[in-house]
Amino acid sequence: MEWEAVIGLEIHAQLATRSKIFSAASTAYGAPPNTQACAVDLGLPGVLPVLNAEAVRMAVKFGLATHSNIARRSVFARKNYFYPDLPKGYQISQYELPIVYDGWLDIELDEGETKRIGITRAHLEEDAGKSLHDAFEDMTGIDLNRAGTPLLEIVSEPDLRSAREAVAYMKKLHALVRYLEICDGNMQEGSFRCDANVSVRRRGEHRFGTRTEIKNVNSFRFVERAINYEIERQIDILESGGAVVQETRLYDSARDETRSMRTKEEANDYRYFPEPDLLPLVLDDAWIEEVGQTLPELPDAKKARFVDDYGLSPYDAGVLTATRELADYYEAVVAACGGTAKLAANWVMGELSGALNKAGLEIGASPVTAEALGGLLRRIEDNTISGKIAKQVFEAMWAGEGDADQIIDQRGLRQITDPAAIEAMIREVMEANPKQVEQYRAGQEKLFGFFVGQVMKASRGKANPAQVNAALKQLLAGD
Amino acid sequence: MGLKPSDVEGIAHLARLRIAPEDVPRYAQDLSSILAFVERLEAADTEGVTPLAHPLDMAQRLRPDEVTETDQRERFQAIAPRVEQGLYLVPKVIE
Repeated sequence: MEWEAVIGLEIHAQLATRSKIFSAASTAYGAPPNTQACAVDLGLPGVLPVLNAEAVRMAVKFGLATHSNIARRSVFARKNYFYPDLPKGYQISQYELPIVYDGWLDIELDEGETKRIGITRAHLEEDAGKSLHDAFEDMTGIDLNRAGTPLLEIVSEPDLRSAREAVAYMKKLHALVRYLEICDGNMQEGSFRCDANVSVRRRGEHRFGTRTEIKNVNSFRFVERAINYEIERQIDILESGGAVVQETRLYDSARDETRSMRTKEEANDYRYFPEPDLLPLVLDDAWIEEVGQTLPELPDAKKARFVDDYGLSPYDAGVLTATRELADYYEAVVAACGGTAKLAANWVMGELSGALNKAGLEIGASPVTAEALGGLLRRIEDNTISGKIAKQVFEAMWAGEGDADQIIDQRGLRQITDPAAIEAMIREVMEANPKQVEQYRAGQEKLFGFFVGQVMKASRGKANPAQVNAALKQLLAGD
Repeated sequence: MGLKPSDVEGIAHLARLRIAPEDVPRYAQDLSSILAFVERLEAADTEGVTPLAHPLDMAQRLRPDEVTETDQRERFQAIAPRVEQGLYLVPKVIE
């Protein structure tokens, strides 16, 4: 039996405002518990929510960047449920009339194909607080600092057909909200969270199967694993003649499995109704257009430009535009080294990214600035040093020993390009290895590499490799 | 539209209201009459009428994104039944 998975994602992106969506308390992460929870956030009697303009602007930015419709009139609603980290007993959200609806995002599949994923809606709502279940015996600790933090809940159409597609979509959205500077995307801190709706059906079937919802998976890797586990679980049930139960399930990363979270008696019934404390949100065309003018160059456009302007492969352009910071860094390197975009791409994706990964640093914290790296690449271009020596210089730059020129001078790494000096070194190597010369001349051409190695060693890596190759060929050929 | 006793029990549970079992039929009856009364609205022709989201015919005002609230944890927590390490403590919600 051939099965097909049908997946839709709900992504909660915390909007990067300074203050909360309905109060003037700070949203900064990591403050001592409950020091950033004001009377509005606590739902004390008599308080009223006042909507944060910046949260609205950020939601509109997202809508415009995803080709969505922006509602000229949207309405807030109460979603009612009881949980200790939701002090009011309801969450202010949007239900029937969300601020953003009917958009799309293209994702890249493995074979270079793109697939268009529909965005059903994106609505504004407030986050809940945090429950700490493990810290106290028989009690749960409640920290309401997060309560009232603005969220944009982005709901996709059930257009995704595999865990890989789901992750590709999630990564694309993650990059987009960071480009737009509306969310810091920090998944460890919960700024970007994902719920997945998963069902399976026989291939060719048009109706959807019964779905389950996997809650709050906080990394790309776990999303992929949780969805794959859930697909397999549902197929097993259906193939053994059972029925999938519609329910919420929690992914346990330690055991790599999902398990049922809520019992049936607490079936979702949120009894939404319009929030009487807030008036309808009305936006006019001029304001929306103004927001549109603040949109930065978006990832797809930037990638296309990198391919066109720098002659990069789509793959390289994709890597370099994965984040706005990396793309900016790359462009600064190209500008600083004065040309060869491909060399700059190789260095940014190779040495630099490797060193950053190893040190666990983000590009913004790189000890080697884009200008400094550009200065190093300039010395490769003008043949002052070889690519191999440049790696040594890069390491020294990383360790803070100065800029490329200083290090090259201090360590005497300037490349040897004097033909006479190179010829002298080659002759020395040939005299020291007469047997190999004889064998080479007898047809063992594989020995060429040996000679290159010996000459480079003799020059302590400083001889210009292209010149060594050319001169060696000539001299070995027998004067 | 009539409410069954099981509907009343469900609604009471969602609202965390404790209702004596012997009162359930009476609630079902009262609520059903209220719904029947409101049902008369269905007779009104609402073709082309924008659903009313708020009785005031005004748009929402927006607030600039500025932090003006200061930490008042001690005052808020003075009325909490139990507090530890700055956290509000409640009966454990999961096993």
